[in-house]
Amino acid sequence: MSLQFIVDGLLTGSMIGLGAIGVTLTYSILRFSNFAHGDFMAWGTYATLAVVSAIGATFGKVAPIAPLSFGWPLLVALVVGMAFTALLALLLDRVLFSRLRSQGQAIIVVMASFGASMALRSLLEFTFTSRPTYFSRAIQIAMPVGFGIRITPDQIALLLLTAVLVLGVHLLMTRTQTGRSMQALSQNAALARIVGIDVASVVRVTWVIGGALACVAGVMIGILVQIRPFMGFDMLLPMFAAAILGGIGSIPGAVLGGLIIGLAEAGAVQLIGAEWRAAVSFIILMAVLFVRPIGLFGVRER
Amino acid sequence: MSETVLDVRDLEAGYEPGVPIVRRASITVNKSEIVVVLGPNGAGKSSFIKAIAGLVPITGGTVFLDGKDITAAPAHTMVRLGLAFVPQTENIFPLMSVEDNLKVACGILQRREIPARIDEMYAAFPDLVRQRRTAAGNLSGGQRQMLAVARALVVHPKVLVLDEPSAGLSPKFVSMVFEMLAGIRKSGVTILLVEQNAKAALAIGDRAYVLVEGRDRHEGIASELWNDPVVAELYLGQRPLGAQRTGHAARGGTA
Repeated sequence: MSLQFIVDGLLTGSMIGLGAIGVTLTYSILRFSNFAHGDFMAWGTYATLAVVSAIGATFGKVAPIAPLSFGWPLLVALVVGMAFTALLALLLDRVLFSRLRSQGQAIIVVMASFGASMALRSLLEFTFTSRPTYFSRAIQIAMPVGFGIRITPDQIALLLLTAVLVLGVHLLMTRTQTGRSMQALSQNAALARIVGIDVASVVRVTWVIGGALACVAGVMIGILVQIRPFMGFDMLLPMFAAAILGGIGSIPGAVLGGLIIGLAEAGAVQLIGAEWRAAVSFIILMAVLFVRPIGLFGVRER
Repeated sequence: MSETVLDVRDLEAGYEPGVPIVRRASITVNKSEIVVVLGPNGAGKSSFIKAIAGLVPITGGTVFLDGKDITAAPAHTMVRLGLAFVPQTENIFPLMSVEDNLKVACGILQRREIPARIDEMYAAFPDLVRQRRTAAGNLSGGQRQMLAVARALVVHPKVLVLDEPSAGLSPKFVSMVFEMLAGIRKSGVTILLVEQNAKAALAIGDRAYVLVEGRDRHEGIASELWNDPVVAELYLGQRPLGAQRTGHAARGGTA
């Protein structure tokens, strides 16, 4: 078998992992499964695309940065897109989730997120049609790096970007007062208030991080695959699988879970055929949970 | 007359409107005092102290801290106002290290003063130093209580409020916790605590109140209350407290 599945798997895994960080944070801090998270990805990607187009219309054609398929407009647009997606998440929380959360029934919030997911997706289809689109139609030449593996400059850049973002979020969670407050809130919300943590502001930070990373994951899909209104929704199950596999609440767990599922899917495509792609990640998920029900990095509640 | 730190007047509180658990209870706590709130099971002691800390909705009366009205202040602003609360159970973050448990409570301190302040806590509670990297959930019952108190003290509170610090601890740890509280008072911290273990609490307390059915029914010097017949009657119905086997009737949950 060709080792190419490693590169493909790591890339898919990065997209899943970045999305799973948001899923795991929302689950552990706000205590509900946000089914609209995939649609944050799609909205972030379309927002980024819109900004890229606007920059193109204003500055004319911009040459890409040396070996990459994209230039500075996409980087600028990505930052704007991340901010936009964070605002979208905050807005949805303000008008929908926070009201239902205050009534205290998690299942209602979950159902509401499902409804929000459908509404967001339909709005995208309505605005941009369901026809796939691309950041760039240029074809990149993949460089051989030995062992039969080939990789494009875009792929290398995006893997590096993922590594930097994951490290950044991990340091934020473990080394800063904001991160400690988030951990505290996920472990004991009542005690968090007693020690002086403003729950509302920690909740806002959670949405900003989750939304911004969802946008990055979406844009990665847009650069490497294609942009469609369903692009995020199709990632939903792998993202949840990754978050659960890694252990709910764990950032490194979500990323590792994403990489495992990405590699398993890519390997399965080669070994037993593409139609088994989704099934394989769930077989792995079930196998791991059978042995370790709290996930790889999960911690038993004490 | 010493300076009043905490002044609670005619407090009414409860989770449901029209069903008060605390009914017009009043107490005062003076600077550097240990004040104990006693009472039979279901007297509303725990709700009373939680209402002061902003955790049970207040429906009437006022709470003044250092002359400032804090009746309507949300729970998360209490540490900034100078009131630090130690809940009875689940009073630490179990998956965080001992050090992170202390750090996470330092939100109102200046960033650069935090390391020195945490070192001061370690100096005051040497048992915690050896465990600084341990997940707090792995600590023994006594050490957990120590960490919970250290976490409350780290922000220099004007008053330390504790809900049954001896609950669930073995007798050895109970005396350790009360010695610790006596030591903390010596350093000038004002303390208000609710306790079922009347004997141990009265031994370190200056004054005490007896709460019955959500009302403050009796008040006195801690050392005199132990043999006060009025207290015995309010507390248990008949025999003086001193004639009881230490606190055995008082074990169990709180209201």
